Amino acid sequence: MSDISSSDMPFRHLLGIEGLSPSDISEILDLADEYVTQNRQVDKKRSILGGRTQINLFFETSTRTRTSFELAGKRLGADVINMTATASAIKKGETLIDTAATLNAMHPDALVVRHPHSGAVALLSQKMDCSVINAGDGSHEHPTQALLDALTIRRRLGGLHGLTVAICGDILHSRVARSNIMLLNIMGAHVRAIAPPTLLPGAMDRMGVEVFHDMAAGLADVDIVMMLRLQNERMNGAYVPSTREYYHFFGLDRAKLAKAKPEALIMHPGPMNRGVEIDSELADDINRSVIREQVEMGVAVRMAVLDLLSRRPTNQPPVGPEATDT
Amino acid sequence: MSLVAYINARLIDPASGLDCTGGLSTEGGRITELGADLFADGVPDGMEVVDCGGRVLCPGLIDMRVFVGEPGAEHKETLASASQAAAAGGVTCIIVQPNTDPVIDEVALVEYVKRQARDKAVVRIHPMAAITKGLAGEQMAELGLLAEADAVAFTDADRTVAKAQVMRRVLSYASAFNLLICHYPEEPSLAGSGVMNAGEIAMRLGLPGIPTQAETIMVERDLRLVEMTGGRYHVAALSTAQAIEAVQRGKARGLPVTAAAAVHSFALNESAVGEYRSFAKTAPPLRNEADRQAVVAGLADGTIDVICSCHDPQDAESKRLPFELAATGIIGLETMLPLALELYHNGAMSLSDLLATMTSRPAELLGLRGGKLSPGAPADLLVFDPDKPWRIDEDRFHSKSKNTPYHDRPVQGRPWRTIVDGKMVYSDPDED
Repeated sequence: MSDISSSDMPFRHLLGIEGLSPSDISEILDLADEYVTQNRQVDKKRSILGGRTQINLFFETSTRTRTSFELAGKRLGADVINMTATASAIKKGETLIDTAATLNAMHPDALVVRHPHSGAVALLSQKMDCSVINAGDGSHEHPTQALLDALTIRRRLGGLHGLTVAICGDILHSRVARSNIMLLNIMGAHVRAIAPPTLLPGAMDRMGVEVFHDMAAGLADVDIVMMLRLQNERMNGAYVPSTREYYHFFGLDRAKLAKAKPEALIMHPGPMNRGVEIDSELADDINRSVIREQVEMGVAVRMAVLDLLSRRPTNQPPVGPEATDT
Repeated sequence: MSLVAYINARLIDPASGLDCTGGLSTEGGRITELGADLFADGVPDGMEVVDCGGRVLCPGLIDMRVFVGEPGAEHKETLASASQAAAAGGVTCIIVQPNTDPVIDEVALVEYVKRQARDKAVVRIHPMAAITKGLAGEQMAELGLLAEADAVAFTDADRTVAKAQVMRRVLSYASAFNLLICHYPEEPSLAGSGVMNAGEIAMRLGLPGIPTQAETIMVERDLRLVEMTGGRYHVAALSTAQAIEAVQRGKARGLPVTAAAAVHSFALNESAVGEYRSFAKTAPPLRNEADRQAVVAGLADGTIDVICSCHDPQDAESKRLPFELAATGIIGLETMLPLALELYHNGAMSLSDLLATMTSRPAELLGLRGGKLSPGAPADLLVFDPDKPWRIDEDRFHSKSKNTPYHDRPVQGRPWRTIVDGKMVYSDPDED
């Protein structure tokens, strides 16, 4: 469908937002826009990746991200295999490097990996001849989430430059937050981080964000409110005292949202904890919440990423920053 | 609205530095005017006149560390009986500690204490709430919601938050709400089963000792965490030279740290334990003379901001036990003023600086409107004669418990009138 014959994507892998240029991001989003249109047609299938094999390797449970990647690959005509590596399988002793070597011998063309440890996907990519796409590594990066968020915003508001985006919640543990902060900064948006100090990394100010501990102050005149999920184990006194207290001070409700611009959009990477980080009714408000739209954009963005990465010949020595052992 | 004219008083307001002879007027629960010239031309008709007879008129005392048995141990002290003791001691505002039964770690319990205090107490009572749920040192209590319910600060009372990670997160979280964390610093694994200060006396008595390092290590740890998080931190009771030095260094580095000392930490030393006198079993423990002198010096140079009574009522049965088994704590609301005044009489501190540690400083730390003499401030006042000699007499205490090591001690200075919200709540029965 796309007639971009020679991609200027410099990367063999998509390991993170870090290192991408504004034009890399725009190229992915432009192509994703086309796939949004395609995905809304009755016939959603293309054969761009016909004959190619995509392996989704998930070391963490995931429903939506894995399904989204699976659908993206299948709509482009690839053969998609899902592998769930449970904790027990890892405990059998096979190292990540061994796993990579095994998979590499099967000659896949794309490997989509999620791993609970930061940096694990990059480590694995060093041993693979095919493209590796990071579907979330620890608290590090989740690049396709940031790209789908960017696509959602761009389609709604026409662009990213100059917008003020508030990212609220458990930023400390969030790979989504890190990828989004980087992408938004690259694209010229103003980023705010709103959270209790216990859920913020220590050197937050070094990431080019303005830090707030108060929702009312932080949400003042923002264009976009991105809520993050707060994991259950992080509540109940460890990082925040209780769900009740968290919702009272940091949960998004209509009163707090009123501080933002009147047409401000609400985003959430899902799955939501209704009544913890977001008011249930607000999450379903079709005028404000683009949470469902984010899911739709996710498939298109992943198709664009798979498409662009596939344009590089496989089994070619890697180029770009990911080639060096870091 | 009742109008009262306090005349012929030595007005001392540590907050503004005022120290002059003059008058002060109140209307209802508020101070309206004060100064040297007020009532110079006589008191207008319709005002009630209180002739202070040259006595000191200062803001009522604020006691940041008071243990009350309500709820849970009403036989030791109730909010009502503690408030009567406070009034008799010139204390117009007490900050009660959360180690009650149940622990004050829920909004509903803060509300309960406030309601009981409003209905039954003659002085102002503000609760501190727990730092961690059940004072267990593990899970952070709902600091934000508790603060919204008017908990004035947070403390695990007589317990120390042993885990550095928990304390780090507490200080970090509290910083977002500008809350004050009051910590009793005693490294529990080092204090162990100690019951008095470690040293020669403990050795001779055969009692397990609490080394001064237990306090120093915890204060130093906390100061590192304050540096890391920016949380407002207050040492609930300093008692050792080394820990005072650590606080001094922290203040010099600009950390948001303040500290209090208990009256017993400068009024007594470990020799008061004598032959296993359980009334001298305190928290922090009575230290040696060098540490006692360091507390006096720390107060004099401002390293220690606040004097608190550490009023901790215990019934006779819980004290009439072998020293190791006896309850810890002494009552202090009714003896805080005269014992603190010893620092003035022996020349360690000026009267105004001394009063600041029990009025303006705690008010500033806790964000209270009282603690100062100024138009519009609450009419919470103390009138006292700083020189009046008397002997402490436990039989005249208003507290339900009588656990004091100060019985029969000759002291100077005693409240003549205590006024809360414009109303007289105590009058010296010997001098009307």
